[in-house]
Amino acid sequence: MNKENTMISSIRKGILALAALAALSTAGIASAETLMNGAGATFPYPLYSKWFAEYAKIDKSVKFNYQSIGSGGGIKQITAQTVDFGASDKFLSDQELAAAPGKLLHLPTVMGAVVVTYNIPGVGKGLKLSAETLAEIYQGKITSWSDPRLVRDNAALKLPNKPIIVVHRSDGSGTTSIFTDYLSAVNPEWAKKVGKGAAVKWPVGLGGKGNEGVAGQIKTTPCTIGYVELAYAFENKLPYAFLKNSAGTFVEPSIASTSAAAAGAAKSMPADYRISLVNQPGKNAYPIVGFTWLLVYQNQKDKVKGKKLVEFLKWELKQGQKMADKLLYAPLPANVAKMVEKTVQGIK
Amino acid sequence: MSTSITELAVQSATTTEHEAPAKRWNGDRVFRYVTTFFALSILAILGLMLVEMTSESLPAIRKFGVKFLTSSDWDAVQEVFGALPYLYGSVVSSVLALLLATPLSIGAAIFITEICPKRVGKLIAPLVELLAAIPSVIYGLWGVLVMAPWLQSTVQPFLIERFGFLPFFQGAPYGVSMLAAVFILMIMVVPIITSITREVLLAVPSSQKEAAIALGATRWETIKIAILPYGKSGILGAAILGLGRAVGETMAVTMVIGNSPQISLSLLSPAYTMPSVIANEFAEATAKLHGAALMEVGLILLVVTLVINALARLLIWSVSRSANGGAA
Repeated sequence: MNKENTMISSIRKGILALAALAALSTAGIASAETLMNGAGATFPYPLYSKWFAEYAKIDKSVKFNYQSIGSGGGIKQITAQTVDFGASDKFLSDQELAAAPGKLLHLPTVMGAVVVTYNIPGVGKGLKLSAETLAEIYQGKITSWSDPRLVRDNAALKLPNKPIIVVHRSDGSGTTSIFTDYLSAVNPEWAKKVGKGAAVKWPVGLGGKGNEGVAGQIKTTPCTIGYVELAYAFENKLPYAFLKNSAGTFVEPSIASTSAAAAGAAKSMPADYRISLVNQPGKNAYPIVGFTWLLVYQNQKDKVKGKKLVEFLKWELKQGQKMADKLLYAPLPANVAKMVEKTVQGIK
Repeated sequence: MSTSITELAVQSATTTEHEAPAKRWNGDRVFRYVTTFFALSILAILGLMLVEMTSESLPAIRKFGVKFLTSSDWDAVQEVFGALPYLYGSVVSSVLALLLATPLSIGAAIFITEICPKRVGKLIAPLVELLAAIPSVIYGLWGVLVMAPWLQSTVQPFLIERFGFLPFFQGAPYGVSMLAAVFILMIMVVPIITSITREVLLAVPSSQKEAAIALGATRWETIKIAILPYGKSGILGAAILGLGRAVGETMAVTMVIGNSPQISLSLLSPAYTMPSVIANEFAEATAKLHGAALMEVGLILLVVTLVINALARLLIWSVSRSANGGAA
């Protein structure tokens, strides 16, 4: 009996001690720093991680927590106000904006490009594709690598007489949004039959899950063609195609040609930055480019958090942009960065 | 410790006269209430799931009705949704995988219990069960990096060459296809069916085997007339459990099936299953109707699983009834 009693009382003491410790520790954390929660796109996650880490060194009173759950998740969470800021590779539609409780701002942070990658035995990077050819491949109208339309643009390469195996994304994604946006812009039949969006009804092709799924499919199967993010293609040393832009030049995808696309768009930039950057004018502009945005409410409910957020955004527009290059993201051109800064000033 | 128990008994015996209400809270009753609560809560969770999923998919149910199950047009941009390709993909891949896996599993179980030496059998059995412990993502990775390329370069061209006249083996060899999904599901389902069948076969009383041998039966005849009929309902149950796992398998199938919503007789063409489309599209489905349509696919999957399990129960019940009647 006594043994049981002492055992029960010592368990009780242990539980009380743990509870006290937990209470103390949470109280301690709450008073030390502001925690900012964000969620959204996977594409800029490596860059945002670096930004948050660097910013924590400058301002020790705020800590950022970002969950890369995808653009759709970011939009859902910021609309539900479960996070302080969202991130997305696709901008909200008018319908989605109306559903948000408050004016939601789209703040472009950096730009990304989508490259066309392939696996053709004997061919490295540099396959030249025109907009028409790419759209027709993805519609299933061009079915062989030795099609005269491909050979005409690639006289120097030896293209095999094999069927083209098309690969696309099976999961909804910002990369697909940008890619289908481009195909809709250059091919009216695509715009009518398929349209653009994070998930579309692909006329032909196999679906791979994520950039990894598409790249894995392409690497292991010869005669395939697919699309992945530029950063992913560079990191994994995948061969990529040179695309013909609206000026008629075959442009190699790179950080420079991505930035060139936005510089041209600065003149026609809408005030809410909800613009597509595909097929922009400019001799060196790469045609499949898009912004990635941070989604922030103009009227912040928590004024302390709002102030910290504005400070971070201002830092990101000046210092953060310099870190983008090394991580294979295209920084905003100077004129666009200035416009965004002015919008940030308006956050209360 | 025994002294303390006696003390407790004495204490309770002496205190009951003073505390008559204490009898209402006796341990047995509490035990019964608590366990009933646990059992009912499981049913309640299932009921809650059905209710929640139905309410979330109402916009899609109202808009498409029965056409959802008969149309093949799944277009998120036009907001038109028809789930027939996913239903077809799920059912065909699971049933084919089961048809291939069951003979394999029963054969393996018979070997482990009847034919190989007991010591070797004790070694092989846990190894087979180990296959069931491997996470399905690993199967998917192996499938897409090893099996699918092998199918594309070796097996599929062979099938096209020899059996291309059949509608089941027509088309270009992609590697990722319904065939790859069937193979992966077969590998994932075999350990479950094997381990349960093994248990069932071990439970056959030796009197049955001895009677058959006494009548002069060979080893195969013993198995055929004495052991298998006795374990029929158990084996059937094992097969249905395997089917249940195959229908719900998500990641491994998504990585090797090609994710193309088409209905085709050919096993070489890519396909799409219900869990795959949910796993692929749900996270990014911001439009309400798209989310509702995916919820409806999930609801259909839940109902299909429940129906399969109910059918299994009916089958086992009818088989065991006839077996008992026949045996008697």
